[in-house]
Amino acid sequence: MTQLTNIPAHLKKTDLTHLLKQMWQIRFFEEKVDEFFAKGMIHGTTHLAVGQEASAVGSIAVLQERDKITSTHRGHGHCIAKGAEVNRMMAELFGRTTGYCKGKGGSMHIADVDKGNLGANGIVGGGFAIATGAALTSQMKNEGYVVLCFFGDGASNEGSFHEALNLASIWKLPVVFVCENNQYGMSGPAKEMMNVEDVAKRAAAYGVPGKVVDGNDVFDVMNGVGEAVERARNGEGPSIIEAKTYRWKGHSKSDAKKYRTREEEQEWRAKDPIARLRDALIGEGLLTEESAAEIKAAAKKEIEDSVEFSKASPMPTIEDLMEDIYA
Amino acid sequence: MRELTYLEAVREAMSQEMRQNEDVFILGEDIGVYGGAFGVTRGMIEEFGPERIRNTPISEAAISGTAVGAALTGMRPILELQFSDFMTIAMDNMVNQAAKIRYMYGGKGKVPMVLRTPAGSGTGAAAQHSQSLEAWMAHVPGLKVVQPSTAYDAKGLLKAAIDEDNPVIFYEHKLCYKTTSDVPEELYSIPLGKADIKREGSDVTIVATAIMVHKALEAAAKLEEQEISVEVIDPRTLVPLDTETIIESVKKTGRLVVVHEAVKRGGFGGEIASTIAESEAFDYLDAPIMRLGGKAVPIPYNPELEKSAIPGVDDIVAAVKETLNRH
Repeated sequence: MTQLTNIPAHLKKTDLTHLLKQMWQIRFFEEKVDEFFAKGMIHGTTHLAVGQEASAVGSIAVLQERDKITSTHRGHGHCIAKGAEVNRMMAELFGRTTGYCKGKGGSMHIADVDKGNLGANGIVGGGFAIATGAALTSQMKNEGYVVLCFFGDGASNEGSFHEALNLASIWKLPVVFVCENNQYGMSGPAKEMMNVEDVAKRAAAYGVPGKVVDGNDVFDVMNGVGEAVERARNGEGPSIIEAKTYRWKGHSKSDAKKYRTREEEQEWRAKDPIARLRDALIGEGLLTEESAAEIKAAAKKEIEDSVEFSKASPMPTIEDLMEDIYA
Repeated sequence: MRELTYLEAVREAMSQEMRQNEDVFILGEDIGVYGGAFGVTRGMIEEFGPERIRNTPISEAAISGTAVGAALTGMRPILELQFSDFMTIAMDNMVNQAAKIRYMYGGKGKVPMVLRTPAGSGTGAAAQHSQSLEAWMAHVPGLKVVQPSTAYDAKGLLKAAIDEDNPVIFYEHKLCYKTTSDVPEELYSIPLGKADIKREGSDVTIVATAIMVHKALEAAAKLEEQEISVEVIDPRTLVPLDTETIIESVKKTGRLVVVHEAVKRGGFGGEIASTIAESEAFDYLDAPIMRLGGKAVPIPYNPELEKSAIPGVDDIVAAVKETLNRH
């Protein structure tokens, strides 16, 4: 297994175990969701980011509490990393009133505006301009926060990518565009859908920095995004950070994955971002096998509890249907 | 009271609002020293500066989404789209983002923005710069749709739209810009959802929008010479729609002609006609409801063809007479 880059010096042991715990929470949350969809216990659709936990957790780990994010249709990880309660997330997927969106949004629309999560988005590329606007508020009101805009390799082929990058760059807005390049836009391989290897190279067109990081190395993600966030906070404008990663599961709940090989999947599974972090922390003597197992078990328990919480939560009533359309 | 043009009234509402509310700003193409495509923001950059009169790149997708993001985080942006036809490029942000965010998020977050845009034909700008697409927006839950016809209404409705905590599409008919009416100097608000009876009458009700209000009033004056008494109602806002005022008028007159410039097929006139057909006013009808709207054709360039693509005063006169001849 590939070694991780060096552990950032400023991180305390508690920070490091928190990273590991969040990554386990995301993994268990999504595996549970996957299981429930397979059993027909949850309806609709969902997009899982199993295998991509380091890009979500590493990117958000460098943010301050006041900073904001915009997320994507594959957004459970971003949401957990930004501090969402897994109970309310799971309840949302169960369509309950205790869910983040009172059961009206589902997997693709979880938001926690008060905590700075401006929302997942069902429209590919839908977050670029919203993040740009949130960054404009920060600049105009001098609020000092930075916005992280998550997007995928596929979204970088949307027109909104170009328009928002251009606007954010001319106005030097405090926004960092974090590409989670998981190699496929649904079934379309990134290498067939664009004529450059790296989304980060597109940054040159806007006169902003673009950097590729190992998306399965939480520390490499933190270093890359951290530098870009600092730049944004200092008024130097946006950057693109491209985290190369891989989604282990299909695009959504029904995907026979005919567009890729099982061998390729195995190659990436060997680069499991969670196992790499765990091994690195044990290797550095910061964790023991036992303490790592405890963190894992605690994360698993929280997700199991969230299921119980959700099942015990009330369903919305017909009276709720027409509420919340207008402020 | 002094007279202002419709265009001046729109500008005055924005300027007065911006003087008292720091969160209000305008963004759009060529709205700076150029003063906007129709001159609505002329002089404003001199008073408010380039931070609050934000001249943008030609990027309707980015600027509409940026307005959404800024609104979601505490600003009250006014977005000027040069021509309402360009809504097609801003559509995702208005329809999939602005209109739905609050509901999708279970009542969290609000999007207090106004999208102002000139609509309609009559300037020889041909098919891509002359449309009246308001029915599209009225169809979308989560948006409010305003269509003032006079300078007085424009100022009061724009103030109300800026104060709204929801996204508002504010249509300014190009041929209304030069029309004048008495406009109070102080800032005042006209509530959204309150129709105005522009002329009282007893034989036939005409419900007309935007420039067609003026044509309906002309037609009513002609018909008065023939001792036909016409009531002209301007809904002023399509969403919310003041159905009560229209129903009461039809109960009084027993006859209804609906007229708008937008293409008749699928136009908002169908909504008004069916609202009456479904209401208690149906029993008071002495003749079938008549709808007048644009022909189902792209707006042509040639001035004679352009005029004949939409209802004229004579068409309205004829429709009123026809409805009086039906029993």
